[in-house]
Amino acid sequence: MSTLAALARLRALQTGRAQRLATVRHCHLSERPMVFIPLRLAGEAAAPLAAMAGTDPRHPRLLVVPQPRDRDLRFAFTAELAEVILPYVEGLQKATETVERRGSEPYERCVDAPQLIVPNRGSVAFVHMLGRSTRFRRAEGPYAVHPSVPVLGRWLTFLAQRAQYPGSAMLLAATEALSLHWATGQSMLEDANLASLVSWIDPPPGMTGAAAAREAEDPLLWTPAGPATDPGFDTEVLAPAIRAYEDTLTEHAAARVGEAVRSQLEPTWRLMWRAIGLLGALPAGPGTAARWEGDRASFTNFAAQLAEGGPPQPKRDGAVGAASRLARMERAQASYDAQRAYDDPLVMAGYRLTGEAFTGTVLATEPDRTEGEGRGRKLRPLLTVRTSDPVRLAPGTRLGTPERRGQQAEVVEIAGEHVTLKIVKGMGRGRTATPGAVPEVGERVSYASLTEEFQPPPGLPAPEDTPWTHGGPPVEYVPADEEPEEEWS
Amino acid sequence: MDRLDRLRGAVPPRPHDARAIAALAANPGCARRAVLDAAGIDKDATATHLGFPAPFGQSPFAITRGNAFESLVKESGCAELLRLLREILGLPIPLAAYTDLGDIGGNPSAHLRHSHTRKLIERAACDRGDAGTLYDHPLLRLDIAGHTSYLEPDVVAFRLGERFHIVEIKSFAIVDGQAEPEKVAAAARQAAVYVLALRNLMEELGHDPRRVSHDVVLVCPENFANRPTATLVDVRRELAVLRRQLARMTRVGAIVDALEPDLTFDLAPDADGVATRPVTELREAVRGVDARYAPDCLSTCDLCFFCRDEAAAGGSTDLLGRQVRDALGGVATVSEALGLADGSLTPAEGQEEIARLLRLADRIYAEVS
Amino acid sequence: MTGEAVSPAAEAAGVVDAVLADLPRHRGVVVDSPPGAGKSTLVVRAAGHLAATGEPLMIIAQTNEQVDDLIVRLAAEHPDLPIGRLSAADYTVPHRIAGKAAIGTKLPDLGDPAVVVATADKWAWVGDRKWPWAIVDEAYQMRSDKLLRIAGLFERALFVGDPGQLDPFSIVDGDRWAGLSWDPLQSAVAVLLRHNPDLPVHRLPVSWRLPASAAPVVSEAFYPFTGFKSGTGPGERRLEFSAGGMRTAYDRALEEAAESGWALYELPSRHTVRTDAEAVQAVAVLAARLLQRAPVALSERGEQPVSPDRIAIGAAHRDQVAAIQAAGLPEGVTVDTANRLQGREYDVTIILHPLSGRRDATAFHLESGRLCVLTSRHRHACVVVARAGIPELLDAHPSADTVQLNVPVKFPDGWEANQAVLAHLAKHSVQAAPLR
Repeated sequence: MSTLAALARLRALQTGRAQRLATVRHCHLSERPMVFIPLRLAGEAAAPLAAMAGTDPRHPRLLVVPQPRDRDLRFAFTAELAEVILPYVEGLQKATETVERRGSEPYERCVDAPQLIVPNRGSVAFVHMLGRSTRFRRAEGPYAVHPSVPVLGRWLTFLAQRAQYPGSAMLLAATEALSLHWATGQSMLEDANLASLVSWIDPPPGMTGAAAAREAEDPLLWTPAGPATDPGFDTEVLAPAIRAYEDTLTEHAAARVGEAVRSQLEPTWRLMWRAIGLLGALPAGPGTAARWEGDRASFTNFAAQLAEGGPPQPKRDGAVGAASRLARMERAQASYDAQRAYDDPLVMAGYRLTGEAFTGTVLATEPDRTEGEGRGRKLRPLLTVRTSDPVRLAPGTRLGTPERRGQQAEVVEIAGEHVTLKIVKGMGRGRTATPGAVPEVGERVSYASLTEEFQPPPGLPAPEDTPWTHGGPPVEYVPADEEPEEEWS
Repeated sequence: MDRLDRLRGAVPPRPHDARAIAALAANPGCARRAVLDAAGIDKDATATHLGFPAPFGQSPFAITRGNAFESLVKESGCAELLRLLREILGLPIPLAAYTDLGDIGGNPSAHLRHSHTRKLIERAACDRGDAGTLYDHPLLRLDIAGHTSYLEPDVVAFRLGERFHIVEIKSFAIVDGQAEPEKVAAAARQAAVYVLALRNLMEELGHDPRRVSHDVVLVCPENFANRPTATLVDVRRELAVLRRQLARMTRVGAIVDALEPDLTFDLAPDADGVATRPVTELREAVRGVDARYAPDCLSTCDLCFFCRDEAAAGGSTDLLGRQVRDALGGVATVSEALGLADGSLTPAEGQEEIARLLRLADRIYAEVS
Repeated sequence: MTGEAVSPAAEAAGVVDAVLADLPRHRGVVVDSPPGAGKSTLVVRAAGHLAATGEPLMIIAQTNEQVDDLIVRLAAEHPDLPIGRLSAADYTVPHRIAGKAAIGTKLPDLGDPAVVVATADKWAWVGDRKWPWAIVDEAYQMRSDKLLRIAGLFERALFVGDPGQLDPFSIVDGDRWAGLSWDPLQSAVAVLLRHNPDLPVHRLPVSWRLPASAAPVVSEAFYPFTGFKSGTGPGERRLEFSAGGMRTAYDRALEEAAESGWALYELPSRHTVRTDAEAVQAVAVLAARLLQRAPVALSERGEQPVSPDRIAIGAAHRDQVAAIQAAGLPEGVTVDTANRLQGREYDVTIILHPLSGRRDATAFHLESGRLCVLTSRHRHACVVVARAGIPELLDAHPSADTVQLNVPVKFPDGWEANQAVLAHLAKHSVQAAPLR
């Protein structure tokens, strides 16, 4: 943890209120996000117990499985969930825009994409599990399910996979989104509790965040945000209600289970919208739009794949698929880190403290300095910056700057508080620097050893050409029928 | 060891089950926990009496699920288990004799049950035939800080030819070859306790302890069905950790010797087992041994809420987690760190550097936020 | 075994012969090479051996520096062998390889040399040509996704590397691939052997770099199942000082290191920030003092003064490296992180212990490969600078590692390795005098 983040936590503890870790919002927030709070039956991998979902804070939709061990009821639940999620996802595919690309055909991209917000990491994992347990289902044959179930499974899988992608905002965990922007006076482990995290950021009137957070840990006062339920609730309330349902199979008994889980979900529902409100109050960082564009493109592609009748996503990545995904994720991580730093002086501050970045005032410049001769002559301006930051950069290090995003500079020399830089990229082809291209003396500038520059990775073999070192060509992928699913005992 | 008995008071030491033993490594730097564990003190009862009951509970659904899965695996003399063992060990196991060691009638003492296990393991160790032997609920024991602990027997010991394997049945799912890493780790730590206990027994019986494999057979439901699947888990690392922790336990004597001579954590239970020790007295007693609180305790130690409260009252930076504590160099309290940051506190010797860093962080934070 | 002792040289030569004999018999051959066991010598030998068959050979290294080092050695051993070097457009040709290889950004630019050397990254851009032979150097430091990109270029390959050094890593979380036999974050060798478990794995048995004082320590701590020995016996390597000392703690530490091969310069116990000023200062002063004492290395290579370029300082973090640089070092002394010291060799090393001044150890600091790299770069002596209290820290370290199914357990465990090294260092400890 950076000293800055540590200091912010200390301050939070001292003042009783969370401290800002960001001056802008670093995740895209949809105008119409869908909140999804799933609950799982304890002891099971993916047996849904209930969920609350919807895009309207005033009208949550409650879905309940009165006996979660009953396979038919479980799939009825997923079919019902599909009724909530699929229209939302499909509705967003309608409006598209044409994107022009240099050297390639223009293509259509959806102007918006779905955004599912769940309470925490556990819920993200549950979305993944729910997707895994439904995407291979069939609408015909033995154990047939409603046709919407496998489609929902693929969308949930798609969203869960996107959530692993740095900077993506299509499936967000509220706790993680909040922790990105605020430091609380408790540990990161405790921040995983949504109620206590929100209490630190936005304590109720007359209470300190610390006191409110402690209260929020009591499952009787603040129900857990899922997907696990409180064991006490399971014993005292849920188990008897489910037993009554089993014994009678009446609507009334089902409703009793429904009311029991509603009591557990409603506080979290309100909390989720408070969390969204808190995030929405922050101005969006410039990079969020660019990253959301990536999300929209990915959404458009996946919708097209689905429309073309492509198979469900495989259970695990093949050798080539894994390598290619890793390359994309690493690229996304690097550019996400750089964008956040360049978008936000408070994020940049963390790098300044470790000496990987600095902020200072321009003391002198040589804007029209060139290197090379004749046609190879290039503008290579020098500038000297005075900074009191503890710069730890070796000569030759490439730097970027938030003030001039297209430029790159190289460290020439560091002498005490004076850093001499040479601008080596983004100066254009002219003989003299265009006005504003080189910072003026007296200007306040920041430089950091983070670049968004992207080298396209070298190609990978086609999956059917997987070399012998990696197991050779994989067996052709046939989406397998699920193992015969036995009754839960 | 009567000093440990006095620390505990007039109740028998709490037996260490495999889970408790596996948890010894969760925070070995904590003297409080080391002393309470070595003395076999009921930490849960202590925490509850202090007004900070432990936040751990198990859902009845999870318990039902666990039991149902276990009986499925063990149905018809472990027929299903045998099928899995053939698969995972790649052996043509024609048949295996199944014996439930937990089922010896009456309500015999742990000591008697262990003798029974010992006798049958001895017989199995001498039998090197191709037919397998399955011993369900073997009651093993392990010496911990001078006390003999009998281990809750919820595993199966399997012998085939020369080799013994510990089989552990867990009800968390393995989906597409992976399970939750925390749960697998917990299972591996527990299994290692049994491997060690069985190895010790083999040694006592004059056999080569290495006949007990460090590859444990973990049996879990596969994907979303109830069908079991088996995976081998290498527990060599867990065994090494366990040996280390057990060795440390015997060294707890030094900590105990340094305690106030009349210190005790006795809850003074009345005839109905209700604690009557004045809470303030117990609180002082528990505070008499230093804790090393870390937020990770919240998922591993019954006393976590008490220690957290204590850390908060003392303004300790431990409250914020190991990473924060580490980022602050040696600064132990919140007020000290903040004092150094805003310059109101002059750094003590050795604090100059962290003070400089904190002041810089403070300046930059103020500049940009 | 007969009573006749086989010399280390003969033993090592036997392994090399076995490797060369295995090459035509298997699609892949793996050679594990502990620190300084003659990995480069083997690569150069095998290259000559394969080139002699008349079939072209590609050599894959991981960094440009490694490529250049190999070219220097190849050219020296096989002066008549035409060598090509593929490089990126912005590569500046270092003086030491000028004239020794044809250099170009594309294969056709090179003519048709018998051996082409390039980094794995560069090879990944080379098109369709298929090579009968490849040598992959530093294969344990190569991520398997890199191997995937280039494995189609060769038919057979020799994989050489040191399993004890740092594992490859990624800036992203790779959990989704855990347990897969082709996990892209595993090393090239791990993935290769998981798919081809029958390939022969040889081990070079002798470290020519590490002195007799270091080989057993490093071998036991980091290679518990595949030990190695030193090529030189006790007393065959000596470090002497031409200039007298002043009995300061620094002098005593350096003398202890010269005498025994190891020294632990121990500062008083204290929790500090990463760039612990006292420790950084101590490292810098030790380096300066070492040179003031005009050290001379006596070895099988003869008697040579230890010049600044034969001294390296190692640390775990880049900010520590920067702080040490800023503390004022004698000109020419190398200072770098463990990552970047991999594969390099010096006469004397001074290292800042990764756990010095910490209150808690993290997986990063406990990683056995990190300490292994730092404690196995030297031919004569290694001085470790650390705050007291590391044994207590290790003792209090919680074991909360998670376990992923079907992921082979990695040995040695960092905790155990750290304990082993510390136990040895304790015998060579010198208490720091109060600073200034």
